[in-house]
Amino acid sequence: MIDPSLFLLNLTLFVLAIFLGVELINKVPATLHTPLMSGANAVSGISVIGALFGTQIVMQDDGRSVASLLAGIALMLAMANVVGGFAVTHRMLNMFKKKS
Amino acid sequence: MWIPFGYLIAAVLFILGLKKLSHPRTAPLGNRLSSLGMAVAIGTALVQMEFGSGPITNWNMILLPMGAGALIGLVLACKAKTTSMPELVALFNGFGGAASALVASAECWKFVEASELALPDPFTKTVAFGAAGFSAIIGWCTLTGSLLAVLKLLGGVSLFGKWFAAPTWGPSWLNVVKVLLAVLVVVLTVALVNDPRDARWPILLLASSSVFGVLLVLPIGGADMPVVVSLLNSLSGIAAAFTGFIINNPLLLVAGSLVGASGFILTIVMCKAMNRTLSGVLFQPYTAHASEKLTRTKVGSDPEEVAMVLDGARKVIIVPGYGMAVSQSQHVVKEFAELLAQKYDTEVKYAIHPVAGRMPGHMNVLLAEANVPYEQMVEMDDINSEFPECDVALVIGANDTCNPAAREETGPLAGMPIINVDQAQHVVVVKRSLGVGYAGVDNDIFYMNKTMMLFGDAKTMMGQLNKALAES
Repeated sequence: MIDPSLFLLNLTLFVLAIFLGVELINKVPATLHTPLMSGANAVSGISVIGALFGTQIVMQDDGRSVASLLAGIALMLAMANVVGGFAVTHRMLNMFKKKS
Repeated sequence: MWIPFGYLIAAVLFILGLKKLSHPRTAPLGNRLSSLGMAVAIGTALVQMEFGSGPITNWNMILLPMGAGALIGLVLACKAKTTSMPELVALFNGFGGAASALVASAECWKFVEASELALPDPFTKTVAFGAAGFSAIIGWCTLTGSLLAVLKLLGGVSLFGKWFAAPTWGPSWLNVVKVLLAVLVVVLTVALVNDPRDARWPILLLASSSVFGVLLVLPIGGADMPVVVSLLNSLSGIAAAFTGFIINNPLLLVAGSLVGASGFILTIVMCKAMNRTLSGVLFQPYTAHASEKLTRTKVGSDPEEVAMVLDGARKVIIVPGYGMAVSQSQHVVKEFAELLAQKYDTEVKYAIHPVAGRMPGHMNVLLAEANVPYEQMVEMDDINSEFPECDVALVIGANDTCNPAAREETGPLAGMPIINVDQAQHVVVVKRSLGVGYAGVDNDIFYMNKTMMLFGDAKTMMGQLNKALAES
């Protein structure tokens, strides 16, 4: 039962989001380069979702200790990326805000 | 059934967040929207796991790693000094890449460990393991590349009391090795797709991609690190998008490729600011200029002498660089500017080179922290014409960004736009020594007759200068 429709749907999302990403960041003042990079970096921690489902798949069976360990570490690192990324971006932006 | 609707909300919040993050006024709101999006995304995933694909049997396996990760991230982000934020962004980026690679590896290892687990149909198998292979390649490569970038941003590492400088090395044949490694990782991915139960493939992928990441960053000098970090940030987004193909999650696909594309555009913008091409940064063989022997010398000046030159100055332009960041002297610098304005009614401006410091916007961040008015920070292109009418140009811990060697045809700095400090009536340089900057080129500015060197730590020197100025 080979059905490529789900893959094609995924591919469509992938390609459209790339076009959107290119358009989104068009004119950025140099001041905001670092905060923007940092904020985008936090968003790329979305792999936390992948890690969550990864842990669930391995939870259902006890015989996969290595896989569950890998997923657990992935979850921890992704979460550090997300929380740390947003926090450090917030700190950077706060420095700008004080002036006004 | 309707649970994945949360992913749509999260995706919209990410898009709005990134959009708002690229405008000065709305940036803080943008960051909040993105983080809200992330919270919605995680919440949706948990609800989907509990009610959609069967109840969560072991909450500890989820909450413990999440709590630990959140704590690590929060502590690192709050404890970091403002100077080390670039390193921190690079480090978090490495974490993100590693997370994607680990998700892909866990997916592969599942089939290695449980032989009773049936493989999916050939098409799904090709898509899933192909995506897993690419996610692992990019993820591991991002991890090792980012870690090396952190090391280069720090300048080196201190181990057992000994200082090891970050290495930069890259003969032209290294590019051939990189191409061969790129072919190798693709071959390994094909092997993984063909035989997902073989444990060797994920391990070999880990090893070869890690080496690839190191080799990619190894020949690139410290001055180009911002570009590299931005590129690796883009790659970690793509790695996340590939994991979306493995677990068929629309949000991973959208958010990952969004970051991948916008990160890539940001990388190009940064390259343009340095008058470089991305391929130039990545593939130019590193030619060691054997730390150019300094043959010239210059007698240092003292704060009192500089204060005399500043007497009655109508216009002073401050040119900050990494030295200001390292010594955390932005507050003293601001006091200096206020003192001048009070005493002589001097017009003070700050000239911001697009790549001054270790990150674009690094100087703006620091000066803003010291409450320097936004209007006083002027970007390089807008202020360069003002130098001939400026009485004193004060260079604080900057070197390459005002080195006239960049106007020459050849050399490591050739073609980089610089701040025209040499056109000012007087130049004062606060610097620890006559040593070369990141690019390893001697700077003619230091030896001009109209230049006064204040040798020392920027914070100490600026403090003394403020004192001398107040007393004069």
